[in-house]
Amino acid sequence: MSAQAQTRPTFAGDTWVIARRGLRHMRRQPEALSDATIQPVMFVLLFAFVFGGAISVPGGGRYKEFLMGGIFAQTIVFGAFGVALALSHDRNNGAIDRFHSLPIARSSVLAGHAVANLIRALLPIVFMSITGFVVGWRIHAGVLDILAGYGLMIAFSFAMIWIGVLLGSLVATPEGVQGIAFIVIFPITFIASTFVPTSTLPSVLKTIAEWNPTSSLANALRHLFGNPGGIAPPGAAWPLAHPIAYTLIWAAAIVLVCAPLAVAQYQRSIRS
Amino acid sequence: MPTTNAIEARGLVKTYDGKRALDHLDLDVARGAVCALLGPNGAGKTTAVRILTTLTAPDAGTALVAGADTASDPMAVRRSIGLAAQDATVDGLLTGHENLTMIGELHHLGRKRARARATELLEQFALTDAGGRLARGYSGGMRRRLDLAATLVAEPEVLFLDEPTTGLDPRARNDLWDVLDRLVEGGATILLTTQYLDEADRLADDIVVVDHGRIIARGDSRSLKRQVGGDQLHVVCADGRDLDAVTEMVARIAGVAPSVDPAGRSVTAPVEGGVEAIGALADALTEAEIAVEDLGLRQPTLDDAFLTLTGAPPDEEARAPVPASASEEQR
Repeated sequence: MSAQAQTRPTFAGDTWVIARRGLRHMRRQPEALSDATIQPVMFVLLFAFVFGGAISVPGGGRYKEFLMGGIFAQTIVFGAFGVALALSHDRNNGAIDRFHSLPIARSSVLAGHAVANLIRALLPIVFMSITGFVVGWRIHAGVLDILAGYGLMIAFSFAMIWIGVLLGSLVATPEGVQGIAFIVIFPITFIASTFVPTSTLPSVLKTIAEWNPTSSLANALRHLFGNPGGIAPPGAAWPLAHPIAYTLIWAAAIVLVCAPLAVAQYQRSIRS
Repeated sequence: MPTTNAIEARGLVKTYDGKRALDHLDLDVARGAVCALLGPNGAGKTTAVRILTTLTAPDAGTALVAGADTASDPMAVRRSIGLAAQDATVDGLLTGHENLTMIGELHHLGRKRARARATELLEQFALTDAGGRLARGYSGGMRRRLDLAATLVAEPEVLFLDEPTTGLDPRARNDLWDVLDRLVEGGATILLTTQYLDEADRLADDIVVVDHGRIIARGDSRSLKRQVGGDQLHVVCADGRDLDAVTEMVARIAGVAPSVDPAGRSVTAPVEGGVEAIGALADALTEAEIAVEDLGLRQPTLDDAFLTLTGAPPDEEARAPVPASASEEQR
């Protein structure tokens, strides 16, 4: 037997092999990557130049600077979609079965997807930062605050991956995943302070937007980057007054609730 | 537990949504043997493979594969097996070489050894030229060959091939059979599933016929053919009105009730001593001045085998496509 195992099996090693596969997939499917690259860049340009002039920022400030926190938040929330789609494809084309017939920990398949998608999530953040800078977005903050801002984005991206894994394990087909993304996730990212201040919304939507973590993530980033629309004045809803804390609570809650549910659901979806 | 069998399954039961996919299935496959599970869609073939490859747990029963228990030591089983699932699960967005390297790495060969093994296998399966191209551009036959190569990466003791030639054109099918022949010569233990009697006949020493999750016959192809009745006397009438008369003749000559297909105006029955039977039928037809379109002997098909073994054609309901949720073949 010349081809018996020669290296010690490790969870991290197997995870990385599967993550590398995921990254190759992304590179070779530019059409699927476009929602992580072209779409956010287009949104920055559209809102900065087409809608921007019609929207005024409360308390003054430039709309282009208000806008960036929102677009970062929207793209990060939408990141759940990519991992859900990748997982759903794998469940449907037999790839999961092939992995599960190999001598690896089954959790490394899920972990590989998570790692690949976390790396993928960094891509739009970089693209948007550059585009934003080109159209006139500026950061007015110290190094620590900037690092905290980007760290918060990565943390929330990590949380959203688990929503994606849950979605990808619950919904039977890639088409179904696409439908849910459009009907559920898309509106969630709009009924928020993403593109307009919550104060401009009608009452019910305003309440939803105030408690929507997309809003708090957007506002936390605005605050940390020294852009307008950050922390609301006293008297506003609690999440708007404490956007960083509220965002972190959500990220932690999503991971604590969704990760075990997602793993359980994933195992159920493959275990029959 | 020491054993000379590569596969030992006892009393496997699996139910999906109230439908029995496996009904107390026992299966022994000796080391180095090639065993074919033969049956129509929905007979339980894929379910059996999924249980033996640790992808699914049975509701009852136990299975040893390469000496390891699928329930208590699945990791040992997975180290010893290679699985080619029904729809060649090659990764279309990876190249042929990357596909094999990834499997090698997940078998913990180390990246360098995995790469070398991939190159070796591509050559063995005549895919060297295509090895650098994305697998989504491969033909059906190439995908199957790559899939098969992937199962061999870690030189497994037991190979599971689930309908390895389904969906291939006749030429690609023949090519793949040649590849499988070489594997068999190499001494691998193989469990393959198929819907085709000729495929089971060509590749396996041991054929297990399954229907509704149960074994209804088993043996080598010769003994099975004897049970099925060997050659089939087959006649197509020129005029459908002669069908009753011809049916009577065939029944007399074959000694069993023939199967009649009124739409195809054909009568078929298993016969011993094929040449005499055909001569006798030709004489009878001439005497009665009945014109025929076709008269001859043919190999029994799976339908014939089922007719003889179960007294009924393969379950039409089971053959029809079933919704994904109820279909073991989709899982």
